[in-house]
Amino acid sequence: MQIFHRSSNTISKATIFAVIIVASVALWACIQLQRSPYVTYAGVARPQPVPFSHQHHVAGLGIDCRYCHTSVENSHFAGIPPTKTCMNCHSQIWVGAPLLEPVRESYRTGKSLVWNRVNDLPDFVYFDHSIHISKGVGCNTCHGPVDRMPLMYNFASLQMEWCLDCHRAPDKYLRPRDQVFYMRYEQPTSAKPVEVDGTKYTDQRELGKYLIHKHNLRTPTDITSCSTCHR
Amino acid sequence: MRSPRKFLPLLLLPVLALAGCRQDMHDQPRFKPLAKSDFYGDLRSARQPVDGTVARGQLHEDTYFYTGKVGNLFGDYMPFPVNQDVLTRGQQRFNIYCAPCHSRVGDGNGMIVQRGFRAPPSYHTDRLRKAPLGYLFNVMTDGFGAMPDYAAQIPAHDRWAIVAYIRALQLSQAATSADAPSGQKVPSEPPVFQGDPPSGATAPELAPQASAEQSSGASSTNQGEEHK
Repeated sequence: MQIFHRSSNTISKATIFAVIIVASVALWACIQLQRSPYVTYAGVARPQPVPFSHQHHVAGLGIDCRYCHTSVENSHFAGIPPTKTCMNCHSQIWVGAPLLEPVRESYRTGKSLVWNRVNDLPDFVYFDHSIHISKGVGCNTCHGPVDRMPLMYNFASLQMEWCLDCHRAPDKYLRPRDQVFYMRYEQPTSAKPVEVDGTKYTDQRELGKYLIHKHNLRTPTDITSCSTCHR
Repeated sequence: MRSPRKFLPLLLLPVLALAGCRQDMHDQPRFKPLAKSDFYGDLRSARQPVDGTVARGQLHEDTYFYTGKVGNLFGDYMPFPVNQDVLTRGQQRFNIYCAPCHSRVGDGNGMIVQRGFRAPPSYHTDRLRKAPLGYLFNVMTDGFGAMPDYAAQIPAHDRWAIVAYIRALQLSQAATSADAPSGQKVPSEPPVFQGDPPSGATAPELAPQASAEQSSGASSTNQGEEHK
């Protein structure tokens, strides 16, 4: 008497591989989910009390980042402007616009506008804007094309592998200090070289190596050490 | 059929592992700057100092440095020596904070003015060329007319650097060929900036000529409605 049908041989052999395949697909799916905008919110605009458009203020009017984010060069925090900064212009421009009523109400009553934080790092990361600015990391290297964002979203995943991508090889991204706030900066190519201190660079790696030396960047070993970002 | 029961607890492992996933380390009981607090009535975690607090380094003993005034009169000297670094810093800060209205050359026709803000006077008038430096500083510090004060956005040292730059701008715009070193040709046309403007700000995108005329017509009617 035969207990098993003869197809059992094939099925049992296939099952061995199927388990491996199913398990790895499941693992891959988990990893992808963890890195997807579903978890990181990358590219997802948050609801805000006023639909503030960086595109309009940056590209449309040519206002510098630092007009509002005043502390970005000397503090770890870039600064959310007080309502008064909005009213510098909006005391006379779009004075009747219903969209701006929350701003005017905040100015009248002294109550803060409650914005929703977009680039929200975990609390165990101690990020500092000023050091990145002074070493030549452009705003849009991390924040993305802010001048083309009608509504603000975070451009990057803000996950550790993304931070380490630059910390392991800063020469891939550094730019001259006077280009940090320039949203249309392009990395040097042979067609469009970037000139620093009288030398024309056609290759980003060469420019990066020069800037690392010029601005005294620490070695990748130093800046990938845990305590650089975690205390 | 004993073995499946034996391994049943193993199935619970992933459940237990997931239960360990908590956000305590991500969201620690501390405030990020300017974060919302439910503890205080005004929802602010950033507290105002008690009235009359003078923090270290904030005792403004040098009144001229912080007001531009000597007694009740405006002073006409810089509180620190001016060199190329000060002027470069002043130019950069001017282009960030002042140029939106005053324009990069100081004629008072900046982008915000083009969008409807009341036009400031040009720097290149007799009155402002003769204005004392302390007056320029005081206007930035306390505001004047429609212009809001910039004391919160620009530190005092930078405001003085801007004062120095404005004076340099006035001199340069009123310069004659006699001011140039002999033999140097004075350009008769305004300079063309290539690439980035000096502050590093992103230059405004100008609409193509044909569509610009159409859209300016449309926007002026919009503004007409706005003013009603």
